[in-house]
Amino acid sequence: MIWMDTLVQGILLGGLYALFAAGLSLVFGIMRLVNLAHGDLIVLAAYLILGVMGALGLHPFVAVLIAAPVMFCVGWLLQTYVLNRVLGEDILPPLLVTFGLSVVIQNGLLETYSANSQKLTAGPIEAQSLQFGPIAVGVMPLLTLASAVAVIFALNQLFYRTALGRAFRATSDDATTVQLMGIRPSNVFAMATGIAMVVATIAAMYLGTRANFDPSIGPARLLYAFEAVIIGGLGSLWGTLAGGIVIGVAQAFGAAINPEWQILSGHIAFVLVLLLRPRGLFPRAND
Amino acid sequence: MTALLNIAGLTANYGDFQALFGVDLTLNAGETVAIIGANGAGKTTLMRAITGIVRAASGVIALEGAPISKLAAPDVLMAGVAMVPEGRKLFPSLTVEENLLIGAHARKVAGPWNLEAIYDLFPILKERRLSPGTALSGGQQQMVAIGRALMSNPRVLLCDEISLGLAPVIIRDIYAAVPKIKASGASMIVVEQDIGQALKIADRVYCMMEGRVTLTGTPATLSREAIHDAYFGVSA
Ligand SMILES: Nc1ncnc2c1ncn2[C@@H]1O[C@H](COP(=O)(O)OP(=O)(O)OP(=O)(O)O)[C@@H](O)[C@H]1O
Ligand SMILES: [Mg+2]
Repeated sequence: MIWMDTLVQGILLGGLYALFAAGLSLVFGIMRLVNLAHGDLIVLAAYLILGVMGALGLHPFVAVLIAAPVMFCVGWLLQTYVLNRVLGEDILPPLLVTFGLSVVIQNGLLETYSANSQKLTAGPIEAQSLQFGPIAVGVMPLLTLASAVAVIFALNQLFYRTALGRAFRATSDDATTVQLMGIRPSNVFAMATGIAMVVATIAAMYLGTRANFDPSIGPARLLYAFEAVIIGGLGSLWGTLAGGIVIGVAQAFGAAINPEWQILSGHIAFVLVLLLRPRGLFPRAND
Repeated sequence: MTALLNIAGLTANYGDFQALFGVDLTLNAGETVAIIGANGAGKTTLMRAITGIVRAASGVIALEGAPISKLAAPDVLMAGVAMVPEGRKLFPSLTVEENLLIGAHARKVAGPWNLEAIYDLFPILKERRLSPGTALSGGQQQMVAIGRALMSNPRVLLCDEISLGLAPVIIRDIYAAVPKIKASGASMIVVEQDIGQALKIADRVYCMMEGRVTLTGTPATLSREAIHDAYFGVSA
């Protein structure tokens, strides 16, 4: 029964990783850009939620509603004034720029908030759990997974059912021809990064309520997110959810055997999946 | 009266390579103009320069008197110039219907063309509307590309080699649509290597060679020899 419990906790943890990864997956699917600052932007969003909570005395669930549109603008501006300038045939410039951005965000947060760890306090809900037979499931982890499913579902609807999603897919197919349709790829990319930052803000809220955070933890979140995207198959949003769950479950089982193995087991699962399926679990057909 | 589209002294380069040398061309409202010329004559470059995909180095491109040569490609579409690009260039991730709809994504103006009208023009597309655009035969893909450009109800429609790589029967089907498009009031520039086809549909013909216009006239007045010389260069 302990294994059953471990599995459930792993799946729930996977929800958090899927939230880390969903924005990365969206951006990669549209503009083939790996944003190395993605984890730090999540941490930045967590500090923003913290700031909103402190300034207005709000619960994290409410503060996220204010932080999300702000982060949308951050993403939009970042794409418009920085990333669009370096996107091109050569994949190296955007990698270098986002790496630089990662360092800038970390140091900026360190200067502003110090290295002390912080937490987003959600109150009594943090301790609440639901009993499913012999297994106790925390309400917050359950909400995290439910949010991940909802976010992935919403992104899929956006991608496949709306005019904006059509423009996303067409731009990803052919950024020159799409201009003949009156569409500016730079605007499409800015919208995509804005949306990715909204998802990052949701991820940040669950990250900050679940455990302590400090300015240095971004790169590790990026790594989990990146692994989830690759495991799921580049460009597949449901695949990204599956990828997050694979890492979550692997970490939970690793930790159950030996607490020191938690992180390592996630990385091992990543390598194993790649060995067996180099293109991930759900590769998109036309990549 | 000013022409609908007026091009004067247009030059364009790819890096150090000059592809257009002072091209002059006019398109009057309601007219169908054909551009013929051998491979590498600069026909596609001229189309790309009009749509802003390639920047004009010098010269004038004016739509109803308003200069458009400095506009970015999306703004040229918004001004009312749509193109069926060489090689069709459908979006593989989009279904047939989505490929059509995206033609009207940015420029939504009332006019004769909408999904229903496109499906009337090319009924087979309605049957295949949910297939990926690129799963269709070459001829059907060409129909999608034409429909996609029409969806913005353009004032000027540019068609770059819509017969390229298609079997003669299919070409006949595609070209059967041209008079219907013309009847809807569209003004067209049709790039075509098939001289016979071009002479059949055009009100006026321009022949290009090595980045220059070497001959213009109406199909009735152009002699076979004149076209031959303008197309291949005068043989001594
Ligand atoms: N992207 C490019 N970079 C450099 N040179 C180019 C490019 N595209 C075209 N050219 C050159 O410009 C000249 C004109 O080419 P263009 O494609 O306009 O000719 P075309 O008349 O459309 O030919 P075709 O009938 O083969 O389509 C050719 O010499 C071609 O090699
Ligand atoms: Mg050409």
